[in-house]
Amino acid sequence: MSGTIVRWFTQPVADIGNFALRMVADLGGFALLAGEVLRSLVSVRPSLRDLIYQLYSIGVKSQSVVLITGAFTGMVLCAQAFFQFQKVKMETGTLALVGVSMSSELGPVLTGLMVAGRVGAAMAAELGTMRVTEQVDALRTLATHPVDYLVVPRFLATLIAMPLLTIEAIAVGIGSAYVVGVHFLGIDAAYSWAHMLKYVGKSDIAMGMFKTLCFGMIIALVGCYKGLNCREGAEGVGHATTEAVVTASISILMSNFFLTLALRGLLES
Amino acid sequence: MIEVRDLKRSFGTHCVLDGVSFRIDAGEAVVIMGRSGGGKSVLLKHLVGLLSPDAGEVLVDGRNIANLGERQMLEVRSKFGVLFQGAALFDSLTVAENVGFALSRSGKCTPAEVANRVAEMLDMVELPGIQDKKPAELSGGMRKRVGLARAIVHRPAIVLYDEPTTGLDPVVSDSIDQLILRVCEQMKVTSIVVTHDMRSARRIGKRILYLRDRRIYLDAPTEAVFASTDPAVHRFVNGISIPKEITF
Repeated sequence: MSGTIVRWFTQPVADIGNFALRMVADLGGFALLAGEVLRSLVSVRPSLRDLIYQLYSIGVKSQSVVLITGAFTGMVLCAQAFFQFQKVKMETGTLALVGVSMSSELGPVLTGLMVAGRVGAAMAAELGTMRVTEQVDALRTLATHPVDYLVVPRFLATLIAMPLLTIEAIAVGIGSAYVVGVHFLGIDAAYSWAHMLKYVGKSDIAMGMFKTLCFGMIIALVGCYKGLNCREGAEGVGHATTEAVVTASISILMSNFFLTLALRGLLES
Repeated sequence: MIEVRDLKRSFGTHCVLDGVSFRIDAGEAVVIMGRSGGGKSVLLKHLVGLLSPDAGEVLVDGRNIANLGERQMLEVRSKFGVLFQGAALFDSLTVAENVGFALSRSGKCTPAEVANRVAEMLDMVELPGIQDKKPAELSGGMRKRVGLARAIVHRPAIVLYDEPTTGLDPVVSDSIDQLILRVCEQMKVTSIVVTHDMRSARRIGKRILYLRDRRIYLDAPTEAVFASTDPAVHRFVNGISIPKEITF
């Protein structure tokens, strides 16, 4: 009885300790994988065929989900901003707010989250399945480093695709907001457009592009790491897939905050 | 030549190998047998550097590979060909791409040379003309044969077989045994076969290493193992169980 009571108090501490240890181990694993990717990039030429296939799989196939997300985010942001700005007779500032938000925050973050859900999960599931069916071991016995063959093409393709997808999301978001604002809510088109061009600066675009590159790295590294280190069986692959999406999404949201603070300070100094 | 010295390996608190030692000379055909879950596949993975030992040495042609880094191991592994239990064919590639994988990646062969070599290997495993099929379209026996073709395409000096006949019917098992013997004879490779299929062991192996209680319990010529009067060996080769010893 007393043992149960003691365990009731100590178990949460043990759980927190285990969680912290897993976090530290994962961080170490990500760092080692990132180092191996860097080493591979400078020493091994990636296969162009694999890179193009991954670009198609990661970039082209993610377009629909990214475009829909960008469009509806732009539209709802426009409507919400309009209803607030209308109270202070500043309706023509609506598109400027949408432009700045989409370029520096919502475009990269939402694209990152969507790609993490679609691509990060697919990477973890594919590599996890390869691991549990010994295909990764087979690769190693065929004198091929798994990072060279499996991780680097995915990493490069994500790095190339993410800025392009983000630009698409931003453009479609602003376009959709323009249509909703001008044609449905009756905002003056010329003033709206002029204000948007005035307030969306190069620094907003630069910040968005830098962030999206960071998010691309996070998605590829987390997805591949979770896949290559998944536990045995279907349950292991399922866990790896879930963990890849959750870890990548949380990392994107957390890093976005710190990147905003750092980049805003850097770009405005 | 492969030599294992006092190899120890645990997973967490579970000790799988505890002081395993043996030596296999070039050109030998050796069978490693033991009970399911007894550490045979773990031992095999140590030979090709897929696992690192907690203690001990694995010498391949006199070089200790126990603590080599992954990139250093790539060079050592080019001496090996491995047939995995489930064949481990790459799902996303065709049969031709699977078989020709090592040659294509090495960059030393033109696509035409790779194609010719792939066709030659598929002829050898008696599966000509299936280059464009995907692994999912193949039966279990065909997958094993394609896996074997992939393992030997780069003319390795040592071929490791992890339970090559598991899950196959007796006729297909027999054909796989014959194929292994043919590879041994024609390519003059060192063959190390992990199995608990006694018929295969008797047919393929010139020598048997019996893994029991985390160590090599017996290292003897095949016929001596099958004629052994040691109770543990006799029970294993004849498939006689003792209820208190059964662990699934």
